[in-house]
Amino acid sequence: MNSRSNVMNETPAQATAIAPSAVPWSRQMYWCVRRELWESKSIYVAPMVGAAITLVACSISAMRLPERMRAAAALDPVEQMAIIERPLDMAGLFIMGVTFLIALFYSLDALYGERRDRSILFWKSLPVSDLTTVLSKASIPMFVLPVLTFAVTFVTQTFVLVVSRAVLATSGANTLAAWSHFSFWHMEGMLLYHLVAIHGILYSPFYAWLMLVSAWAKRLPILWATLPPILAGLFEKVAFNTSYFAGWIQNALGGGSGRAATAATSMSMDSLTSPWPGEFLTNPQLWINIVVAAILFALTIRLRRQRGPI
Amino acid sequence: MACVEAHGLRKSFGTTVALDGMDLRVEEGRIAGLIGPNGAGKTTALNAIVGLTPYQGQLTVLGRDPWTKRDQLMNDVCFIADVAVLPRWIRVSQALDYMEGLHPRFSRAKAEGFLAKTTIGRERKVKELSKGMVAQLHLALVMAIDAKLLVLDEPTLGLDILYRKQFYDALLYDYFDRGRTILVATHQVDEIENVLTDVMFLDRGRIVFQSSMDEIESRFVLVTVNPENTAAAKALKPVNERQVLGRSVLLFDGVDRQQLAAVGEVRTPSVEDLFVAMVGGRAGQAQGVAA
Repeated sequence: MNSRSNVMNETPAQATAIAPSAVPWSRQMYWCVRRELWESKSIYVAPMVGAAITLVACSISAMRLPERMRAAAALDPVEQMAIIERPLDMAGLFIMGVTFLIALFYSLDALYGERRDRSILFWKSLPVSDLTTVLSKASIPMFVLPVLTFAVTFVTQTFVLVVSRAVLATSGANTLAAWSHFSFWHMEGMLLYHLVAIHGILYSPFYAWLMLVSAWAKRLPILWATLPPILAGLFEKVAFNTSYFAGWIQNALGGGSGRAATAATSMSMDSLTSPWPGEFLTNPQLWINIVVAAILFALTIRLRRQRGPI
Repeated sequence: MACVEAHGLRKSFGTTVALDGMDLRVEEGRIAGLIGPNGAGKTTALNAIVGLTPYQGQLTVLGRDPWTKRDQLMNDVCFIADVAVLPRWIRVSQALDYMEGLHPRFSRAKAEGFLAKTTIGRERKVKELSKGMVAQLHLALVMAIDAKLLVLDEPTLGLDILYRKQFYDALLYDYFDRGRTILVATHQVDEIENVLTDVMFLDRGRIVFQSSMDEIESRFVLVTVNPENTAAAKALKPVNERQVLGRSVLLFDGVDRQQLAAVGEVRTPSVEDLFVAMVGGRAGQAQGVAA
């Protein structure tokens, strides 16, 4: 940097004329979310690696598909289709498992990492509110990851389906009747619904809890996130011989009792027990979860404002 | 108009009092130095000014309350903290994209202009840059913002002498104009002395001395007195006295220069001389009391 430059020779009046007074909130969110993706590449790299592994495994498994179909020749077409569908379900489950883990670990580090490396002082020196920051970080497990999981799973399942069909066609096995019980679009629709409703909305208290701990803990956020709930459950069990707390967590994870919620959370993409959005929306557990998440996020925003580097 | 105005600013961490009813006023268009020993409360004061820490008392920065309006305030205020705070994972190009996308007063062309004078590659990550380069990058990002107030907390800490000089030169010649205000905290007085228009000495959470540089020049005189003139010099009521190589060095406030020239060698004190006299003396007294 030389001491004298002509870069700054424009007058202040010109400079203020160019500069707008504020950036629209949507644009702030966009850049904050992009920032998260720059920092945590695992958000999109891990699902893709998971998909690649799944694809190889399913392709190897597909080589034995004609053999399995011959063994199942006596079964009815619905059961035959279940055998063909199994690798598709497994592919979906595997990728979903990977992204769910990413969502948990991302949430746990979201507000801890910036305090540990002191970069919070840089982020806070910019005109971005704590509300926007926390919401942009919350959008990763609640919106970005479910949508990304869907996109990656959609592509993977399409490939697995094409491979299965090609293998079956060349093997000469008669599976026409079985295919009549299969709807790819229905399967994908259910997957998207499951990801948005369950992973995005119903699980939000868990992301919110992890983010709260990540904004609060001075050390070892993983212990603070897991030990207190475990100890609370143990205390209740020993002291009162009840397990309301553990039951509440189980309900929150499982979406409560009732056929609709059970079906929505069951990992099977079985078309016969599809939950209707109406039943999902009238489930009180959903609304309890939303309220709990909102409270935890509000506390997180408060903490983000108060906390500095560790 | 006052750019920063504080009355009775208080902040404590447990039993440690960091700000003890601090009054502070920085006018628009000044380069004010907040000078104090380690632990005097400089960082706490600056953190309060940029909305990073809650406080008791009154504080307005550009007419706003920094604690409740930090995000709005940061449209007009830039801050460089005393440690390298740029995230280590970010690429230079990403930092430029992000600032351009997010900051309403950031000029990418200006930032590119400053970076063109350095050897910082656009695709490098912050963690691959040297300490000096990180400081250059941060300064380039900050100087490209058309801000009204720039707050710097020990910005050159840990940099070598060349980078330190470049840093202040860039600030003074490429950035500062009368429409901007700079508030810089440091304990390395000598290197910013000729940059400042105003100085404030902070000691144990209070401003103990505040003056413009012009006022210092006209008010204060430092006299090195030969032993035979000591009594005569002391009769003129020095505000501080210290011994250097067996001779007394006395500091006078508002005493006629002609009169002082008769008792010894007269010169205008540096900010460091004043600081040692005013803060060093107090620290000495405090230690004396404690002992």
